Amino acid sequence: MQQSAFLPHQALAQLFDVLQRDGYTVVGPTAEQGAILYRQLDSVDQLPVGLVDHQAPGRYRLEQQAHGRYFDWVGTAQGLKPWLFTPEQPLMVAREVEGGLRFESVHENVPPTAVIGVRGCDLAALALQDKHFLQGEYPDPHYSTRREQLLLIAVNCHRSAATCFCVSTGDGPEVTGGADMVLDELDQGFWVRATSPRGSALLARLPTRPLPGWHKRRSKTLRKRARVQQRALPSRDLRTPLYQARDDETLWQSVADRCLTCGNCAAVCPTCFCSRVDEESPLDGGQSTQVRRWDTCFNDEHSYLVGHVVRKSAVHKYRQWLTHKLAIWHDQYDRSGCTGCGRCITWCPVGIDIVEEVQRLCTEVKAQEPHE
Amino acid sequence: MAKASVAVHKLTSCSGCQSVILNMGDNLLKLIELVDIRHFIEAGVNAPDAQVDVAFVEGSISTHEDEERIKRVREQSRFVVAIGACACSGGVQALRNVKDSAHWASAVYADPGYLDSLADSSPVAELIKVDLELWGCPISERQLIAAIRALLHGVAPVLPTEKVCQECKRAGQVCVLVSQASPCMGPVTRAGCGALCPSFGAPCYTCFGPSEQPNCDALGERLVGLGIPAQQVAERFVSISAGAKPFQRAWARWRIPVKELEP
Amino acid sequence: MNDPWLPQQAVVMEKVMETPDVATLSLKLADTAAHQRFRFDCGQFNMLYLFGLGEVPISIMDLRQGLVQHTIRAVGRISRKLVALEPGANLGLRGPFGNSWPIEEARGRDLVFITAGLGCAPVIAAIRRVIAARPDYRRLVIMQGVKHREDLLWQEQYERWREVPDCQVLLAASEEKQAPFAWSLGMVTTLIDKARFDVNNCTVMMCGPEPMIRASMHGLEAVGVGLENCFVSLERNMQCAVGLCGHCQMGTPFICREGPIFRVPDIRQWFLLEGY
Repeated sequence: MQQSAFLPHQALAQLFDVLQRDGYTVVGPTAEQGAILYRQLDSVDQLPVGLVDHQAPGRYRLEQQAHGRYFDWVGTAQGLKPWLFTPEQPLMVAREVEGGLRFESVHENVPPTAVIGVRGCDLAALALQDKHFLQGEYPDPHYSTRREQLLLIAVNCHRSAATCFCVSTGDGPEVTGGADMVLDELDQGFWVRATSPRGSALLARLPTRPLPGWHKRRSKTLRKRARVQQRALPSRDLRTPLYQARDDETLWQSVADRCLTCGNCAAVCPTCFCSRVDEESPLDGGQSTQVRRWDTCFNDEHSYLVGHVVRKSAVHKYRQWLTHKLAIWHDQYDRSGCTGCGRCITWCPVGIDIVEEVQRLCTEVKAQEPHE
Repeated sequence: MAKASVAVHKLTSCSGCQSVILNMGDNLLKLIELVDIRHFIEAGVNAPDAQVDVAFVEGSISTHEDEERIKRVREQSRFVVAIGACACSGGVQALRNVKDSAHWASAVYADPGYLDSLADSSPVAELIKVDLELWGCPISERQLIAAIRALLHGVAPVLPTEKVCQECKRAGQVCVLVSQASPCMGPVTRAGCGALCPSFGAPCYTCFGPSEQPNCDALGERLVGLGIPAQQVAERFVSISAGAKPFQRAWARWRIPVKELEP
Repeated sequence: MNDPWLPQQAVVMEKVMETPDVATLSLKLADTAAHQRFRFDCGQFNMLYLFGLGEVPISIMDLRQGLVQHTIRAVGRISRKLVALEPGANLGLRGPFGNSWPIEEARGRDLVFITAGLGCAPVIAAIRRVIAARPDYRRLVIMQGVKHREDLLWQEQYERWREVPDCQVLLAASEEKQAPFAWSLGMVTTLIDKARFDVNNCTVMMCGPEPMIRASMHGLEAVGVGLENCFVSLERNMQCAVGLCGHCQMGTPFICREGPIFRVPDIRQWFLLEGY
């Protein structure tokens, strides 16, 4: 079976056609609200042609360039998270009935969904969310329903944004796994590789041609170039320095002074999984729905415990978020909770840079160690 | 069981929050069935001295009459709910608390002698014990319904104190501060509106007052760093909830011209 | 896939007001088969749901005469309404969740229970199980601290335990002016010095407010008890009880999933730090 081929640029529309004929809802990148977002797409025309993103701490801008590539942007405002772990999810409906209460599960009809354009960091994050939502004793049925319907067509990054640091986490810029199909885009078209049986079946139905050697070579060169990143975490396992830093609150004061505790970092983080459960009833009662909403450890309510808030100060909140993400995750899920996508840096309204903070913490912890 | 009796009082305000109640559509009809409305001037029910279980109070304490009125409301009501930015923080009219406002009266009114207003516009909770505050300019219908439902269940409602950013991200909106350098107050403003303005690409205006733990210093510094003049930054904090203490402090800090801040 | 979010209907069969703000509710699941299947391990908890209001985690006090018992203090918006329920009232129940006290592993050892306030409820069933299998265990020490004498729940139960062979019952009141007869004055931790047990062959189980647990840890170490033999039941803002919502993480563990009961050294580094 053919696993690797060339798809001419103008033939991408046929990928849409095949998917739509098979009943897939196609989700892909589109420019909206000044950013690249994943949205349900009807046609290839909605893809962001020639758009490039410029990211910096607390800053995201799009620039129109003269080329015709669809996937030359690097980062979407959100990863796959909202498509699986939905921001607002009804969990259960309770009804007052004759003789008591009746409880009903919430079942959803989720169509098969193909996501085009996914990057390595977001696939790595998906694997982490799978661990959390599916691989415990109590899998979440709502996440599971959506996950089962997902077909993933990934794209290797040929550029890195200034905020990317996936090389240091080992999750990009190339796709490291988890996709059904992987694309490398050049002006002329795509190097298409099937990386799952479903991907192979899809590839067989596309009007592909043999892959020219130059396309392969050029793609590899660009991938290599994307590996040159401005930011890098000091190591993949930061437990030792961060657990040391954890015990000294003064090390966290400078970042806490700037932190808005707004939770944007957690909301855009593709691995953050916290949620709360709200109860919602219509005015006339009779029924009541439990709704799960994205939550964050930056909210007081998150650590509320009979009359007091366990993590009240910004020091405690930021320390919880950062030590959890980069250290505690190793103990919970056998790897760091960060895949280097850089969203928390870009979308922090005051531009707090997690990489810079970690480097500072590591340096300060080291400075505290007794000299021999 | 007897229906709960309800009054909707108006102090110094624009009546916008009362309009939210009138504008509830089907829910207004349901509300009339669930409770006994004794006073609600905007709806034409006029009995301001009625004894009630729950009193909703719109408006700030801005005049001597408001002062007297709110004390009576407290005596007449088992449970008092302050509704809207005016009742919760003094409202737009609390701008006079932070400005030298004496000259405004003569500039606006031909004969200011008829005016009877207090020096400050105050939130209701500064004069009486308030059992619940529903923030917003105007209040959110959704929160109002949730609050009434909870009260009918005999409990206090759970109201968010988190930042607008949380609702904004749940709604799938792109941060306007990050993508447009727009002076969005979402990071210091209490959620409740459903991130209405950012959903239309506009920055948040603090309608729901200060959130929990508002870091106004850090946000102000950021906005100044984006090139927004300090005076404008100061004004962003006090446009709607000028009576709220964290916003007043931010005003006091940022109204200083930038060059005076430099050593 | 089982829906972990779906409660079962339960009915309040009996209610006992233990103090003016503490009630014991005895519940029956409306589904007879489910009710007969219901089992729990000592130390586990249920999520109790009130219509239109939401859920709270409540430890299971015991399963007696076929009824699931919860002893609840009216402290929050939902617990206040739970305490106000009357027999015949309907509610939702999910559970049981969490792990259990190590009473099987502790056979052949001295057992020490240190609890304060309502912390006694999650250990009652464990103490009862141990006493029902009395020959399997060595010495038994039961310590409970309250503010005022009248705050002590199940006074008769404690008096009966005084009669159990080789069982020391120690009670402390922290806010009385004078010690009631056969009581001590002060926090429950002051009782540790009075307790007679083999510090080299004991299992300690603790439940109560966090400052009391911290003080107990110090007190136990001071008398030579190895903390690896000490267990504690912890509490955080559990909203899902199934390891998904993330609220109950205390550093590494999810309290609903790996807890609520922990061997002290496993949780100590987080528990002693403010803000985790």
